[in-house]
Amino acid sequence: MCAVRGLVKTYPAQRSRRRAPVAAPVRASDGVTLSVRRGELFGLLGPNGAGKSTLVRQLTGLLRPDAGEITVLGHDLVRHPERAARLLAYLGQESTALDELTVWLATETTARLRGLPLADARRATGAVLEELDLTALAARPLKRLSGGQRRLACVATALVGERPLLVLDEPTTGMDPVARRAVWAAVGRRRGERGTSVVLVTHNVMEAESVLDRVAVLDRGRVIACDTPGGLKALVGDDVRLELVWRDEPPLHLPEVAALSPAARRTGRRWSLRLPPDAARAAVTAVTGGAAFAALDDFSLATPSLEDVYLALGGRTEGLVKA
Amino acid sequence: MSTLSAESAPGAAPRAARDAVPVPRGDGAAELAPRVRLWPALGAVYRAQLSRARVARIPLLFVATFQSIGIMVLLRGVVTPGPGPEAQAVVAGSSVLVVAFVALNLLAQHFGALRASGGLDHYATLPVPPAAVVLGAAAAYASFTVPGVLVTAVTGSLLYSLPVTGLWVLLAVIPLAGAALAGVGAALGLLAPRPELATLCGQLGMSAALLLGVLPPQALPEPLRWARELLPSTYGVEALAATFGPAPAWASVALDLGVCAAVGALGLALATWAYRRAAVR
Repeated sequence: MCAVRGLVKTYPAQRSRRRAPVAAPVRASDGVTLSVRRGELFGLLGPNGAGKSTLVRQLTGLLRPDAGEITVLGHDLVRHPERAARLLAYLGQESTALDELTVWLATETTARLRGLPLADARRATGAVLEELDLTALAARPLKRLSGGQRRLACVATALVGERPLLVLDEPTTGMDPVARRAVWAAVGRRRGERGTSVVLVTHNVMEAESVLDRVAVLDRGRVIACDTPGGLKALVGDDVRLELVWRDEPPLHLPEVAALSPAARRTGRRWSLRLPPDAARAAVTAVTGGAAFAALDDFSLATPSLEDVYLALGGRTEGLVKA
Repeated sequence: MSTLSAESAPGAAPRAARDAVPVPRGDGAAELAPRVRLWPALGAVYRAQLSRARVARIPLLFVATFQSIGIMVLLRGVVTPGPGPEAQAVVAGSSVLVVAFVALNLLAQHFGALRASGGLDHYATLPVPPAAVVLGAAAAYASFTVPGVLVTAVTGSLLYSLPVTGLWVLLAVIPLAGAALAGVGAALGLLAPRPELATLCGQLGMSAALLLGVLPPQALPEPLRWARELLPSTYGVEALAATFGPAPAWASVALDLGVCAAVGALGLALATWAYRRAAVR
């Protein structure tokens, strides 16, 4: 229902006032090809600067691609970008257009501007605020709310007024778990009842694993993998991840610790190792059984996450959120 | 051999991309949601902007009104009250200054900030005509000046012993001068490459409206008098000033207001074009 083919977008080089180039041109979309099925919750995962937002801005008609095709529900959005507003609802990262409105008025106005007559807009606003548990905050201006509540109000404006495709750019940023659950329940209801498709931008690997049907992993403007979270994890095989946190300096004089040292990725006092299950079990026994245990603060063993997939595919891991 | 496999085709997509299932195009395109017509969209934007202005801009309206009243009190020492041209210019200029403060200065800042922060995306991804967004905001800002202009005009008339019987002309002056100044303000805000420049232009525009509107034209040197002719607020000031006299020349009042309307139409058209350009890059 939504297909993107060979999409290319290059931001021109930035020049300073004296015409000296200060930044090279950036190819933010580098031949992106993907497709989203009806009713699917499709994710774009990658760190900041991977080209996720650039991709959805082209999808929503806000940015013109240099080359490539975008087709949503049979409409060519490269040739007719103005049709995007009549096919999809977009939740951007900024709420400045709504900040001074109350939650109710922001939602009702958006509903009106999405084409609902006044009575319908009011009914839809009441329903969506109820659904997201925002009724108590309806009379508060957005800028007086906490970051998570404000984001939730913005989600309400994206959900009000039916659209067959929702494009959500990091919708749950700053939200507590209750608000997150409310968002995913509301999105799930629309998929179940109306077959709504969702394109979700995220850099949160845990969220990506738990809610998405399929994920496209982006790195430097390219799709480096695209599959279900399970399918992607199968790419890294059975390897498990062993995390060791030392109290102080790791006791490298101990042979069992020295043996693990070359394979460990270090972040401060934390060691992170990707090992086959047998080796991981043996390593846990070795470090928890002997003298090394005294130097150990904490340890954990986990099945592979999308972060491991991302690393295995050669992506840069900084910028991915794990909570 | 000349056979080319898909794998070796020039510009072959990356591995994962090729795995993506293509979706058939063209056949059975989905029905588009209706486009929202100008007036309902304009009404919705106007209502939202006015409520926003009520909450966030009331302190600024006080500032605008007190600024104008302050100028009139200050000039009371050097300008003789009564039906002279100086007194008329001071009161009319101060009243229209409130419009310039809100419609030109604040609207330029509003659109400048919205454009810089990406806030225009919200409107650009809704099926509304660009003119609805620009006109709705401009109309809301112009309406918001009404109480300030009324208070200033009445206070000024009393302060300078001018007749209040002609003040009904404000019914035409506020919307038309409002349209002209809001059009210029919106265009400045949407065209300025940086929000600081939008703010600067708005402030300068307001300063120009202050200096060239409040001071009687007879006292100005030649180049400033030309600059005064170029400023859209001048025509609102002239229209209002004329009605303080004993026998207003209604034809010239109508002409002045016609200029305001024309500048308003041009400015708002330019702002709409600028909005379209700013929203989709």
